Amino acid sequence: MRYVEDALKGSQLAGARLIRLLEEGDPEGIEALKGLYPHTGRAYLLGITGPPGAGKSTLVDRIIGELRSRGKTVGVVAVDPSSPFSGGAILGDRVRMQRHATDEGVFVRSMATRGHLGGLSRATGEAVLVLDAMGYDVVLVETVGVGQDEVEVVDLAHTTAVVSLPGLGDDIQAMKAGILEIGDVFIVNKADKPGADEVVKQLTVMLEMRHTPPGDWQPRVLRTVAVKSEGIPELVDACLAHREHLVSSGKLSDRMALREVHFFRQLVKELAAEKIFGGVEGNPDYAALLRDLEARRVDPYSAAERLVASLHCRF
Amino acid sequence: MKKVRVLIAKPGLDGHDRGAKVVAKHLQESGYEVVYTGLHQSPEQIVAAALQEAVDVIGISILSGSHNFVFPAVMDLLREKGLGDVLVFGGGTIPEDDIPGLLAAGVKVLFRPGTPLQEITSFLQANVG
Repeated sequence: MRYVEDALKGSQLAGARLIRLLEEGDPEGIEALKGLYPHTGRAYLLGITGPPGAGKSTLVDRIIGELRSRGKTVGVVAVDPSSPFSGGAILGDRVRMQRHATDEGVFVRSMATRGHLGGLSRATGEAVLVLDAMGYDVVLVETVGVGQDEVEVVDLAHTTAVVSLPGLGDDIQAMKAGILEIGDVFIVNKADKPGADEVVKQLTVMLEMRHTPPGDWQPRVLRTVAVKSEGIPELVDACLAHREHLVSSGKLSDRMALREVHFFRQLVKELAAEKIFGGVEGNPDYAALLRDLEARRVDPYSAAERLVASLHCRF
Repeated sequence: MKKVRVLIAKPGLDGHDRGAKVVAKHLQESGYEVVYTGLHQSPEQIVAAALQEAVDVIGISILSGSHNFVFPAVMDLLREKGLGDVLVFGGGTIPEDDIPGLLAAGVKVLFRPGTPLQEITSFLQANVG
């Protein structure tokens, strides 16, 4: 299999080209992933999410620096949005990470969302598997600049760090469901700007209201000024402490087990849909059903029920 | 359909990246995925980024006069790293007389100031599969 052996040896060329195949949905990529899978599950997966302009890329750059100084190798997947009009994208997160470009212990890969919602791209999870198999100690996932509800990173990462910044909203914003619920570590970046104390207070109050059961991880709020490299060792310590908590409490394996099942169910849905629609192609009953649907002689609910009821499942 | 990925790089000392940004934005609006490197890149950084990002194309913008050094250095590094198949084009203030030498070094095409943006996308459409 092309790429598998080289990727396992850590070849950046092989890894990069394999991720490209996966992004294109190439079946060769999936075959390679099957070969890599037994070698995954070793990396520490750290997700960084937060609104646009919060300084996520600069934070990632500083976290890379801190991890490198501790002797860890680092893979990064940084997601930026695709244009809803042209499908094109400007992937600009590397700009802030260029000082690591020629460090062999760092691999930075930019990805466009390609229409996928949730803060990641469809192939982000696959890219993370590749970097994991390549042997990086830590894989950082930087989401597209998320709004209130793009929380997919929580299914991917061991630790989710949510970045906030001064001036975005009041305490009701901090109480809402969504992005602020998913953090294991909260970062108030640009903490030298006016209003930072207020954000720290809002987050702290929100976390106090959350009623963490005894023995569970109590999320932490940290202040950073990423451009001045302030607060970075403490941030990395907090993330690693969360990881340690997950490992010692047995929650990491629970979380990973859930994730594998979740991922499997997603794949089954995709494959089943492909098989169903492939299987009914050219079937006269199906063509008649579609004509009824188009003419509104049948509602979509009844049509879907009828199609699914006609399938013969033998699992 | 396969997305074409393009690295837009800005090497050397000069800080004028407006041209590079205009080209990057035009490519995005034409459906390309553009990885932008930011300013002051060395040939080593450009090639490392191209490798990690698995791009099909590298576009290098140079206004500083260092084109006779940067382009050949990038072409050599690409071959060395197994990226000989990546298409390289350039743009900026490059004297007419220097162009044949750069093309001989493997640069596919050089766009000089005043080139209509459409010319760049037409070129890519014709040359990147």
